[in-house]
Amino acid sequence: MTDHELALNAVRLRQRLLRLIANAGAGHTGGDLSCLDILNVLYHRVLRVSPATRDDPDRDRYVQSKGHCVEALYVVLSSCGFFPDADLDTVCRFRSPYVGHPTRKIPGIEMNTGALGHGLPVCLGMALAAKMDGRSARVFTLLGDGELAEGSNWEAAMAAAHHGLDNLTAILDHNTLQITGPTREVMSNEPVGDKFRAFGWEVREIDGHNYAALTRALTDPPGRGKPTFLIANTIKGKGVSFMENVAKWHHGVPSEAELALALGELEAAEAAMRFTS
Amino acid sequence: MSAPASSLFTPEALAMAEKLGLGKGRANLDEFAATLGDLARADRNILAVTSDSRGSGKLAPFGHALPGQLVEVGIAEQNLVGIVAGLAASGKKPFGVSPACFLTARSLEQIKNDVCYSDVPAVLVGISAGVSYGALGSTHHSLHDFAVLRAIHNLAILAPADNFETREGVRATARSSGPVYLRFGKVPLFDLHGPDATFETGSAITLCGGNDVAFIATGETVVHARLAAGQLSEAGVKARVLSMHTIKPLDVDAVLRAGRECRAVITVEEHSVHGGLGEACAAVLLQSGVAVGFRIVGIPDEDTVTGSQADIFRHYGISMEGLAMVAWNLLAL
Repeated sequence: MTDHELALNAVRLRQRLLRLIANAGAGHTGGDLSCLDILNVLYHRVLRVSPATRDDPDRDRYVQSKGHCVEALYVVLSSCGFFPDADLDTVCRFRSPYVGHPTRKIPGIEMNTGALGHGLPVCLGMALAAKMDGRSARVFTLLGDGELAEGSNWEAAMAAAHHGLDNLTAILDHNTLQITGPTREVMSNEPVGDKFRAFGWEVREIDGHNYAALTRALTDPPGRGKPTFLIANTIKGKGVSFMENVAKWHHGVPSEAELALALGELEAAEAAMRFTS
Repeated sequence: MSAPASSLFTPEALAMAEKLGLGKGRANLDEFAATLGDLARADRNILAVTSDSRGSGKLAPFGHALPGQLVEVGIAEQNLVGIVAGLAASGKKPFGVSPACFLTARSLEQIKNDVCYSDVPAVLVGISAGVSYGALGSTHHSLHDFAVLRAIHNLAILAPADNFETREGVRATARSSGPVYLRFGKVPLFDLHGPDATFETGSAITLCGGNDVAFIATGETVVHARLAAGQLSEAGVKARVLSMHTIKPLDVDAVLRAGRECRAVITVEEHSVHGGLGEACAAVLLQSGVAVGFRIVGIPDEDTVTGSQADIFRHYGISMEGLAMVAWNLLAL
């Protein structure tokens, strides 16, 4: 996909995920919108995985540590053909496998997550396994700002560098907000890059909504023997004016009127994109 | 206060072991490490993952022989369980080995989510379990692990009684496609099984028959129940001893048969009396309408008495003499 095609896909996926959340009556809207571009680039440009290769031992792995933003993952996986779009009408419904956090029951999802601070250790195990078997598989996880307060991340940060896992990339969806408010007020993780650098990681920092920058940062060869920590500077609620940078949209569900307003903005953006390339 | 008891067995208990022809075994932990090494030599996907615990897990020889199959994660039990889950999700058969006290408390959420809920074939090995660490105190005791792990769906829980059960339990675990928790103490005990014994996960082994009283014991308390049965036998009381090496899935049929066929049932475990084997058996019996004299022998819900493992066992009656006394009291009712 070209950058333009990715952008067009993203604006459509944002509409889909808002409709999904409104239909489900639950979701983590703000974080979904902040990480959507990262997932869009990962699945459409970076990860060597597809519905046909989802059990291939050589596939790349993605584990969403900030599991609460599963709606973004659902719409991206669906857009890649892992399951039909209609399945998403069942999110959070009685007996639906599409619950409010990732599970392996869903095609394409590698690990059950949702409790914070679990993705990085699990990915460390996956990256170790790939190294042991001489496979070229790369392993990616997505962390949230608030999540970095969980100590297990730092256990894994230490161990990943110790084991020289240059096939491991942790992406921080750095929107600087968590449920209570700004992360710097709740429990600051700054200077987060320096912290990971001190732990022995290669640290990169980019605009997490810029497709070219995301692609480069996720595909440039890693530092030899070092895991990569990618700070993706994002905007919580990205793409919907009244949701951007507003903490209450962390798990806010749009009303009918708010949904119409949001979809109107996104449809306008989509229409504008059609005339550019 | 007295000098710490050095043996789990009184001279009388040792004499009974000799009379019963019980041979001396090595520590189950040694048997585990040797069995794991044998399996790992034949299958490079079998791994040991340690939290600075290769020494206490008796895995130093494993590490020397198969350095590529031992993963060291440092003293970080949450990370250990997450890593084990990730390895298991990638085609490996990892055995995460760490003191039971830390493994099943500090990393409980990782066990619940990364291993059990995610349904990966990971193995968690709780070493120096129960009160094995004795006088080191309650920080190092695991009297809660059966209770918390029983309440988590999708985890087999095994507590082998002797070297045979350890060897077979580890082999069965290596073949398992689901998550397993293995629990070991660290002192050498007696071999309880004859050459014809068979092992199947989830099936209790009857060590001796009898219909007066049934001991349903697990892990490294089974030997004491066996000795107590020997002592009771000399007084004409016929005791059945079940080695309940699998806490979950529980051998419900064996429990019900014991309850229906014997006048009394006594459960024995190196665990809190809350939430372990005893309460599991009580639930089975009561919900099937089996009313029988019943006692749970374990560590009571109190500030655990201090001392060596042997001191603690004797204090709480986990001994030949203590268990025989419980039987007498129940049968006298």
